[in-house]
Amino acid sequence: MPKRETGALVAIAFVLVVVLPLLNALPPSSPFHVSNFTLNLFGKFLTYAILALGLDLLWGYAGVLSLGHGVFFGLGAYAMGMHLMLEIGTQSVYQSALPDFMVWNQVKTLPLFWWPFHSALVTLIAIVAIPALVAAAFGFLAFRSRIRGVYFSIITQALALSAWLVFNRNEMNLGGTNGLADFKTIFGFRLNQASTQRGLYVATALALAGAYLLCRWITRTRAGKVLVAIRDSETRVLFSGYAPANYKLFVFVVSAALAGVAGALYAPQVGIITPAKIGVLPSIEMVVWVAAGGRGTLVGAVVGAFGVNWIQSWLTTSYPDLWLLFLGALFMGVVLFFPDGVVGAVARLWARARAVGRRAPVERALEQAAR
Amino acid sequence: MTDAGAIIYCEDVTVDYDGFKALSRLNFFMDRRELRVVIGPNGAGKTTLLDVISGRVKPATGRVIFGHHTDLLPLRENQIAALGVGRKFQTPSVFVNLTVRDNVELSLRRASKGVFATLFERNTQARLRRDGDEEARIDATLERVGLAPKADWLAGRLSHGEKQWLEIGMVIAQDPELLLVDEPVAGMTDEETARTGELLRSIAADRSVLVIEHDMEFVRQIARKVTVLHQGTVLCEGPVEQVQSDPRVLEVYLGQRKDTHADR
Repeated sequence: MPKRETGALVAIAFVLVVVLPLLNALPPSSPFHVSNFTLNLFGKFLTYAILALGLDLLWGYAGVLSLGHGVFFGLGAYAMGMHLMLEIGTQSVYQSALPDFMVWNQVKTLPLFWWPFHSALVTLIAIVAIPALVAAAFGFLAFRSRIRGVYFSIITQALALSAWLVFNRNEMNLGGTNGLADFKTIFGFRLNQASTQRGLYVATALALAGAYLLCRWITRTRAGKVLVAIRDSETRVLFSGYAPANYKLFVFVVSAALAGVAGALYAPQVGIITPAKIGVLPSIEMVVWVAAGGRGTLVGAVVGAFGVNWIQSWLTTSYPDLWLLFLGALFMGVVLFFPDGVVGAVARLWARARAVGRRAPVERALEQAAR
Repeated sequence: MTDAGAIIYCEDVTVDYDGFKALSRLNFFMDRRELRVVIGPNGAGKTTLLDVISGRVKPATGRVIFGHHTDLLPLRENQIAALGVGRKFQTPSVFVNLTVRDNVELSLRRASKGVFATLFERNTQARLRRDGDEEARIDATLERVGLAPKADWLAGRLSHGEKQWLEIGMVIAQDPELLLVDEPVAGMTDEETARTGELLRSIAADRSVLVIEHDMEFVRQIARKVTVLHQGTVLCEGPVEQVQSDPRVLEVYLGQRKDTHADR
């Protein structure tokens, strides 16, 4: 990577990880103060960016389009949410050790699968391990059966729909339609304190930086070239002695794990996780972020997740009716005019500008020669 | 290592597509370092034969033996490729978003092509020495197929003929003992066709090459021995002149050629 590009990325990381939280810590009277609301909003966008990186690795590099990444995001978010629910303890409305929704549903004892989430360590492992294992099982069956292209996308969409239906059921003891909410503390820190939210924001920004470095490293190894090769011609890869199914499974699991981490950071910052984040629609929105930012360029995924959601939060407060129209128009616009997204379009403009710059002296020389 | 014996040996192979026998009790074998051309009318089973050898299609009955005693039937495509069977497809299939050099590099024969082997390669001394060796092999391959000046191009920018040569180069880079080549000159200009013929003959100097071809002029240029397939089985086999004058061949193949001309 050129030095200038590395420098720019380090500068952006510095602003996100260090400068913004410092500005947030300034007294509200200061003109440079970043409000808690803004920092919290950015924290949410950054969790989306972590997910988008994984999705880009899968779709932009290996050419595997998943329309079910909301499921992996949700698994991470629910794992974290379950721990946060248990941390509430008897401070809840009904002052029972059980989460409020269980008291409401007349559940008398904590279901067995909730027990491990008492432990913070188990929870931290689970937010990566559960999405990764689900993706491994699902991907193993799909890729081994050589389900490719649009067929794979359709069954991931079916996965999102069925997961949404399952998480909506009260019998699952996961809060049904209302999901998990009213969290009080995270690892002992009070969530309603600005310092805790600032800490969560920094953790999210660092996780994003780590996710970016991980994805960049993968794309620069020979395995990364094999992923691009699979997108171009899976058959050729197979007949060159590689097993494309194993590569696709690997990258599917990595992207699911990243989605899980994103979800786990989302839940405490937004304060609620419901099945509405799991279904088909949110999963498709995630794909739109990557497409709009530019797939196959990791930076594009981050730009897309951040940009689309920023516009969304602005439009939904100022012009609530327009948001869905805008999202549809954005996706059509990207498909029709910017197939490689914002980052791809900028890169092309830049290349053209440089080409014009290089040509100019030659043209001048030719003109002089003509005289 | 001995040069004697067959490189590929198919016995009694039947491929059944829902009642249509693409191959019907086919017996076929090739010697080491042989350049063999397989011809036959459409639907004779030529591409199916390549599919069976390269593992894409599993026959209902029969045996397929590679080299002295390697049974290919239980193996997957990538395992067969790793054993030393390279396949060039009819339509060029190259990695258009990678450079020409990367295309060849990914194809090189390696100890392991698993996910973690390609992910965790270290920059050890052995790696650097091997890389020097690999660079030389990539350069030699690109030189051989005439793409050395375009090594840093994205493969997607190559012309149709150049893509075909690149794919042949990628198959050579796999260092296979047996190359399966499906209609390499379809869509090529006369000049490109002639160059491709020379290339295949030079490859056959130290490897076995099995070519499927429709273009009879090209067949005459490269072939020593020709096998004619008809309705999934071998109709006849022999030097190109002998096969061309065989009345059975004239009937099923050249006769059909005349018919298709008459259709136009």
